[in-house]
Amino acid sequence: MPGDDTLFHHALRLGDDALVLGQRLSEWCGHAPMLEVDLALANIALDLLGQATHFLNLAGEIEDEGRDADALAFRRDVLDFRNCLLVEQPNGDFAQTIARQFLFSNWQELLMREIATAPEPRLSAIGAKAVKEIAYHAKFASEWVVRLGDGTEESRSRMIAGLDWMWRFVDELFDPKDGAASLRAEWDARIARTLSDAALEMPKPRRGAMGGRAGHHSEHLGHLLTEMQFMQRAYPGATW
Amino acid sequence: MYTTELKDKNQKSAGLSLADEDPEKLAAFEARVAADDFIEPKDWMPEAYRKTLVRQISQHAHSEIVGMLPEGNWITRAPNLRRKAILLAKVQDEGGHGLYLYAAAETLGTSREEMIEALHSGKAKYSTIFNYPTLTWADIGAIGWLVDGAAIMNQVPLQRTSYGPYARAMVRICKEESFHQRQGYEIMCVLAAGTPEQKRMAQDALDRWWWPSLMMFGPPDDKSPNTAQSVRWRIKRETNDELRQRFVDTTVPQAEAIGLRVPDAALKWNEARGAYDFGEIDWEEFYAVVRGEGPVAKDRNHARIRAWEDGAWVREAAAVHANKRAMRMAAE
Repeated sequence: MPGDDTLFHHALRLGDDALVLGQRLSEWCGHAPMLEVDLALANIALDLLGQATHFLNLAGEIEDEGRDADALAFRRDVLDFRNCLLVEQPNGDFAQTIARQFLFSNWQELLMREIATAPEPRLSAIGAKAVKEIAYHAKFASEWVVRLGDGTEESRSRMIAGLDWMWRFVDELFDPKDGAASLRAEWDARIARTLSDAALEMPKPRRGAMGGRAGHHSEHLGHLLTEMQFMQRAYPGATW
Repeated sequence: MYTTELKDKNQKSAGLSLADEDPEKLAAFEARVAADDFIEPKDWMPEAYRKTLVRQISQHAHSEIVGMLPEGNWITRAPNLRRKAILLAKVQDEGGHGLYLYAAAETLGTSREEMIEALHSGKAKYSTIFNYPTLTWADIGAIGWLVDGAAIMNQVPLQRTSYGPYARAMVRICKEESFHQRQGYEIMCVLAAGTPEQKRMAQDALDRWWWPSLMMFGPPDDKSPNTAQSVRWRIKRETNDELRQRFVDTTVPQAEAIGLRVPDAALKWNEARGAYDFGEIDWEEFYAVVRGEGPVAKDRNHARIRAWEDGAWVREAAAVHANKRAMRMAAE
């Protein structure tokens, strides 16, 4: 269905979420708390970059105006990015990175399970591959939530602070306009289970920050794009 | 990535003399090594052999870890999604190499923490090559092509080094390094065939990385006091100058093939030797970089120390949690 606007935006949202979070996680490379974690974060970033490439290529194909994944990733400005606010949040300390990953991967896994059975075959093929990767991301992040929550006083208070900050970006994930509202109950149950294992309480509800899906982002995204898009902006038209 | 063996002057003798070793055991050890047998962690070995290996393997591990920084500098700015994924995977491979190598060194009785402490205090060295900055995207190509190319020259013989765990780690590492070298050369090929700006970037990167890459093979043989002993013990299999010559002979035609100029006025094919003659290396610069005098050395060191110190609470939390869990399981 060329020019299918709904499908185009759907693929764009999925691609942008993966791209922006992959970019964020790759900032850890060489700087993580231990070598094993460095390798794991790079793995997750690589999975997300792969997903982003597939979803953005699909978006370009649906749009049918000659844009591929690179054109979409490197030559759009903030207003045209459709990722959620959660993924663009800075890494902060390790607890903040884990909080972001924990909330996102648990959501993304449920979403991708649905997408894996979607009627559009190009979408479902990407989803089926991604869901296996994301199950590992969710497991990795959940295990670290438990380690940090049930570790030292310091790790516990950092984990609480990380979750508290990221919690304000959760409602956007379930915005009924994008059709993900039905996943909320299962997501809540998963989050509650891990937090209970970590002896942590659910963060207090707070007014959700929204706008990412409409292109209204935090100030952080502009800086992320400035860095990511530098080469394509400095050398327009060159191939690499 | 590879570090050639670097020694502090005051580390040189370390008070270890083969004369203190049991002559019978020493003779049996020397015979096994001479017969190309692998020495394994539980086997008897002279203290000087153990010390030399710990120093060499840990330097190699540190080089992998510090080597993540100059290339990591370009992951977030890679020019397209494919290059970003390749670079991230490559830098991740280097972290993996560091992990195998620390594990190999640990079989000799030194813990990873001790080795990392030695790196941070400046007691342990890493390859001088990582104290040069990555200024443009072409540097990522040059590092893969030249630095990993030099690493392969150094590492291929180490797959037959006498210490078993080191040799086996090197087999895995070499497979990945040859992929790294190819992707670097491919980046350079694309740049050399690209726009005038891209060609300039490629030539500039070759100009800056050529001599430091030649230095990666270490001091010339007549100024490398460890070489003879290390070759005899099969810790090293070929001398610094032999490996350096092979690197020049392999790399010069690759530069010519893509229209890049090697920055050495004295470079000339020597028909009689069947090899390239090349210019004098600036060893003053080499030793200054070994001493960590440049600004980049400080940045690299600070980045490693900061990552380690910022992560201390995470490592502590993981240990405390593992402990709590074990106690709870024991109580059940």
